[in-house]
Amino acid sequence: MARYIGKRLIYMVITLALIATFTFFLMKILPGSPIASASKLSPEQRAVVEARYGLNEPLPVQYFDYMFGLLKGDLGISINQFKGANVTDLILSRMGPSAQIGFQGMILGTIIGVLLGMVAALRQNTWIDYSSTLIAIIGISIPSFVFATLLQYWLGVKLEWFPVALWKDGFMSSVLPSIALAMFPLATAARFIRTEMIEVLSSDYITLAKAKGSSGFEVAFKHAFRNALIPLVTVLGPMAVGILTGSLVVEQVFAIPGIGEQFVKSIMVNDFSIIMGTTIFFSVFLIVVILIVDILYGIIDPRIRLSGGKN
Amino acid sequence: MKKILQVKDLELSFNTFNGEVKAIRGVNFDLYKGETLAIVGESGSGKSVTTKSIMRLLPEQSAVFKNGEILFDGRDLTKLSDKEMQKIRGKDISMIFQDPMTSLNPTMPIGRQITEPILKHQKISKSEAKKVAIDLLRLVGMPKPELRMKQYPHQFSGGQRQRIVIAISLACNPQILIADEPTTALDVTIQAQILELMKDLQKKIDTSIIFITHDLGVVANVADRVAVMYGGKIVEIGTVDEIFYNPQHPYTWGLLSSMPSLDTAESKLYAIPGTPPDLLAPPKGDAFALRSEYALQIDMEQNPPFFKVSDTHQAATWLLHPDAPRVEPPLSVIERMKKFPGSRYYEGGAV
Repeated sequence: MARYIGKRLIYMVITLALIATFTFFLMKILPGSPIASASKLSPEQRAVVEARYGLNEPLPVQYFDYMFGLLKGDLGISINQFKGANVTDLILSRMGPSAQIGFQGMILGTIIGVLLGMVAALRQNTWIDYSSTLIAIIGISIPSFVFATLLQYWLGVKLEWFPVALWKDGFMSSVLPSIALAMFPLATAARFIRTEMIEVLSSDYITLAKAKGSSGFEVAFKHAFRNALIPLVTVLGPMAVGILTGSLVVEQVFAIPGIGEQFVKSIMVNDFSIIMGTTIFFSVFLIVVILIVDILYGIIDPRIRLSGGKN
Repeated sequence: MKKILQVKDLELSFNTFNGEVKAIRGVNFDLYKGETLAIVGESGSGKSVTTKSIMRLLPEQSAVFKNGEILFDGRDLTKLSDKEMQKIRGKDISMIFQDPMTSLNPTMPIGRQITEPILKHQKISKSEAKKVAIDLLRLVGMPKPELRMKQYPHQFSGGQRQRIVIAISLACNPQILIADEPTTALDVTIQAQILELMKDLQKKIDTSIIFITHDLGVVANVADRVAVMYGGKIVEIGTVDEIFYNPQHPYTWGLLSSMPSLDTAESKLYAIPGTPPDLLAPPKGDAFALRSEYALQIDMEQNPPFFKVSDTHQAATWLLHPDAPRVEPPLSVIERMKKFPGSRYYEGGAV
């Protein structure tokens, strides 16, 4: 196992280097520059600014400078959005709220979704099953900002249980955005678990478990659940990355100073180093999650224990 | 001998989108202590459904008991609650399934799968249950059982997995063991080993076995008595010798004739013409009549009752009625009957 993870870590570094290179040159191909919008600058001023951020250097030099900085963990400084601020600090400070609502949303959605899916599968073709399907369809088809707005109106304005927006009251501020974010993983988990449980419940080893005298509850949780988890882990991993790294829409609706918002703004003003930094940060996240998912596969299903592990 | 299980006039249907499928249409049989009763018949004849209904393992939404009773220990299994049934399953009646590759949980170590029914039905500690499980594995011929307890099903071969399934089924010394085609998915050498093992174990723990199969070679090997099923009914039941050497029902004749044999010189293997009846709308008379060259007019109109051939042998065919015309069975069947004392073709000698 340790050898396998070591091998995977090396691949991860290579993948990251490739992503960084690719993003770097894509950025350079794109028209515009961080200071293009500042049209009032005189040519002299422009030259000074370019020199300050190394934008006057030939492309290969800029590339190696950047990659070298990356090796040292330096993501550079913001060029125009937050003039001169350290990008690593910017990302980390913005990451907190995003990660919190994302994490809460993921956990909430997954747990409720799994339970809904289990119940639906165990009571197939009853009203419980149909309502669970309905919830899942609603969760997938209605966009999160609609939920967000409805939650704000009912739980925020009408009932006044939670603050309507802004990031001021700690946990209470995070409740509504977390619920809004939870709908999609909830719906997905419910659908996947239902389908997979129905499949698993009709398999021979479930009949054998019943033939041993196990009750329906024991059969579902001791025998079927673990076997129904694999497809869910596959979709939830990458989804978790997407949600943890910030949902732009939900952050906008609730006025949360999250990373999604900052990322989009930096693209609009061409703030090269923030775009690069955020991309690399997201990539690291995704690659680590994929590794975790692969390790989870082996824990859930012994048939796919990873190579290089001890037998 | 003591009757351990009585199935009386059992009728069971499946409700499907197309209508009611009458899968079992009046099945009667007794199971005696310590015997092996084989149920044979082609696919769809109702043999698996019959045994699954004894265990009540059929999907409850669609399978409905229409009539009859299944008496075990003085209780009618068709009327028990789920809770009461759970206490019987795995303890008094247990089951071995057809495909050992799919009948073990792939994500659970086999040790836990074996101890599960023990812990469920007996009041013993986990470590004691583990010891019992190791003994069971040894009993079914698994080498190094202590080491293998922690392994997962995919680390075993097909034959070994069937041994594990057998170990699970024997965990609580059941009074009845239902084996639903336990050797069908195994290759021939392993089949023989598993059959030997089952015969051996039956002697050791004195259990009754209901053995479902469509392989007559296996039947000859393991069974004391044989019930032949067709179209959701038992059409003939008797001791293994009576069924093999003095068969009376045209369907049994067909089955025996379609069994390859090393003795016969015929180069072409016989096959029963036609297809099994549609149980959505079962035929009025004898379900086999449409495929039988021996069918009488009355077979099309009335269901034949059981006619007694001997104390242990009964067959449901109008051919046994005193007024029925005398028909000659197929040649290969006559050859068999020549060896059976008491049959009308008996030529002396013994089976």
